[in-house]
Amino acid sequence: MTVLDVEDLRVDIRTPTGRLPIVRGVSFTLARGTTLGLVGESGSGKSMTALAIMRLLPQAADVSGAIRLHGEDLLQADETRMCRIRGDRIAMVFQEPMTALNPLHRIGDQIAETLVLHRDMARRAALDEAARLLDRVGIREAQARLSAYPHQLSGGQRQRVMIAMALACRPDVLIADEPTSALDVTVQAQVIDLLRSLVDEFGMALILISHDLGVIGRLADRVMVMYGGAIMEQGSTKAVFTTRAHPYTQGLFAALPGRGARKGRRLAAIPGTVPAPDALPAGCPFYGRCPRGQDVCRDNPPPVVEIGGSRAACFFPGP
Amino acid sequence: MPAPPLVSVENLVRRYPLPAAPFGRRRHVAAVDGVNLTIAPGRSLGIVGESGSGKSTLARLVMALERPDAGTVRFRGTDLFALPPDELRRMRRGFQMVFQDPYGSLDPRQRVERIVAEPLDVAEPQLTRRERADRVAEMLAAVGLSADAATRYPHEFSGGQRQRIALARALITAPDLIVADEPVSALDVSVQAQVLNLLMDLQETRGVTYLFISHNLAVVEHVADDVAVMYRGRIVEQGPAAELFSAPAHPYTRALVEAVPDLSSFDGAGSHPPATDADADVEADSESGCPFAPRCPRARAVCRSERPRLREIAPGRAAACHFPGE
Repeated sequence: MTVLDVEDLRVDIRTPTGRLPIVRGVSFTLARGTTLGLVGESGSGKSMTALAIMRLLPQAADVSGAIRLHGEDLLQADETRMCRIRGDRIAMVFQEPMTALNPLHRIGDQIAETLVLHRDMARRAALDEAARLLDRVGIREAQARLSAYPHQLSGGQRQRVMIAMALACRPDVLIADEPTSALDVTVQAQVIDLLRSLVDEFGMALILISHDLGVIGRLADRVMVMYGGAIMEQGSTKAVFTTRAHPYTQGLFAALPGRGARKGRRLAAIPGTVPAPDALPAGCPFYGRCPRGQDVCRDNPPPVVEIGGSRAACFFPGP
Repeated sequence: MPAPPLVSVENLVRRYPLPAAPFGRRRHVAAVDGVNLTIAPGRSLGIVGESGSGKSTLARLVMALERPDAGTVRFRGTDLFALPPDELRRMRRGFQMVFQDPYGSLDPRQRVERIVAEPLDVAEPQLTRRERADRVAEMLAAVGLSADAATRYPHEFSGGQRQRIALARALITAPDLIVADEPVSALDVSVQAQVLNLLMDLQETRGVTYLFISHNLAVVEHVADDVAVMYRGRIVEQGPAAELFSAPAHPYTRALVEAVPDLSSFDGAGSHPPATDADADVEADSESGCPFAPRCPRARAVCRSERPRLREIAPGRAAACHFPGE
């Protein structure tokens, strides 16, 4: 069952020197109980796509296309309506829990606030529910922890509190933007386990944003590889990870230092750097760094081609 | 007969005061708690550990940016903390540091030429302007930047290019040792590979020795000859990189290795070993037992009562565990 349907999403930022295309025609659908992984480097547009769905982009951003949640186009919803949807039907977890939590309020109150606001719960009942949520995300002695302040918790615990807060209203869609990137590897594994079990248990749809292919591979059913504001490749995680139809996907995998690698082996680095949005070619954004780039790639938007169950936007796709 | 070590660290201890409870006794936490290690010239030692393990404090001590509470750091056999300040300053040309954040570590108001040349002010004050400019140009070329970079400012460069500038600055005094603290952690994957390749090239062409600190095991496995794993200020395992990663002896090393997904054998979502209980970590820090015991899946009674010492478990390998490799 499709929960979220994003169609030809475009985001332009108005600047004194002109319009910058940040997201360039992103389309995808998200089904209940599944996880979509959004992979990309900084500047790829993955976080902007998430903020567009949350309708949290700055005033200077022009958004077009459609973002349908159970058929309702969020781009047509007014702010009052969005306030009802945000935190209730769609919730978001950010990378740095220390800045996303209010340092002056007890964590119990912060979780309960969502329930009071969206569910008209009495404070006492909301706090009881907050304790249940903390327990569910693996915080020990949850009842006692309700009165803790964010600084009294470890980084991993704060991220769990953020997740508990996002889950409070049982949202249809949870967006997690680099939820494990600030955490140590062993703690990272726990948060991944938690997110997976929550998707299974609540039937939520999860959009997982990460630059880390390993994290995506562990959690996502489907993957979308973004670069320069556009989708380079998408498909089932297995298809994308094994076929690697797009040269950019291949480049990302090749650049990773692999386990069991011989010391001193040179890594296959992608030459150059991620271009600024105003320096992108009219055609494929990866043109200029791509080993297969031809004139046609620079001047024309690439066609979407299906190879081995994966769909790549490329004139010259294939392993 | 092996070459004498370039760096040798003995029983190094650094404590920091904890915020005092009202009327309570002032308590301390040992960020580095009795560390011993040596690095042979031209080799790379990787230090692995999670946040709070003491790896960055160790780096600052080796760089003599901080004084230890006990123990010694010897560079080419000389005890750095026994030197008078001016001699230590002269000694510094032999060891330089590269930091994680390529945005914060370069002075935004200085041109690249000035930034890269600055270590020469102390190391070789007799140089003429011409000679300094030549040295800067040579360094920029060595790290793969064009000569016109010299007249530009840091904000005109991307993260990867800034890290190259930081490396050019570190290399300009022709140091024997470079201490690199998370040098690629802030970089995108595609750029990270470029900088790692550069680090390895520089080792080949200039014979630089690295003390390489990272939380990223795959990165360390790629650049390091030897690895030391730190936990709570102590080394819990050390040995040659290939052996340590393929057959970790300490349960903490194993937890770290298993927490890193191996993409070469991808077989779909949902396949990875159970995580250790990191939540237990924030609880009691037992004074007597093994500091990892509260998180350890194999802890027995002796682990909670007796602290294991770092001891040899195979030639060239050591682990601080009562039951290594089980």
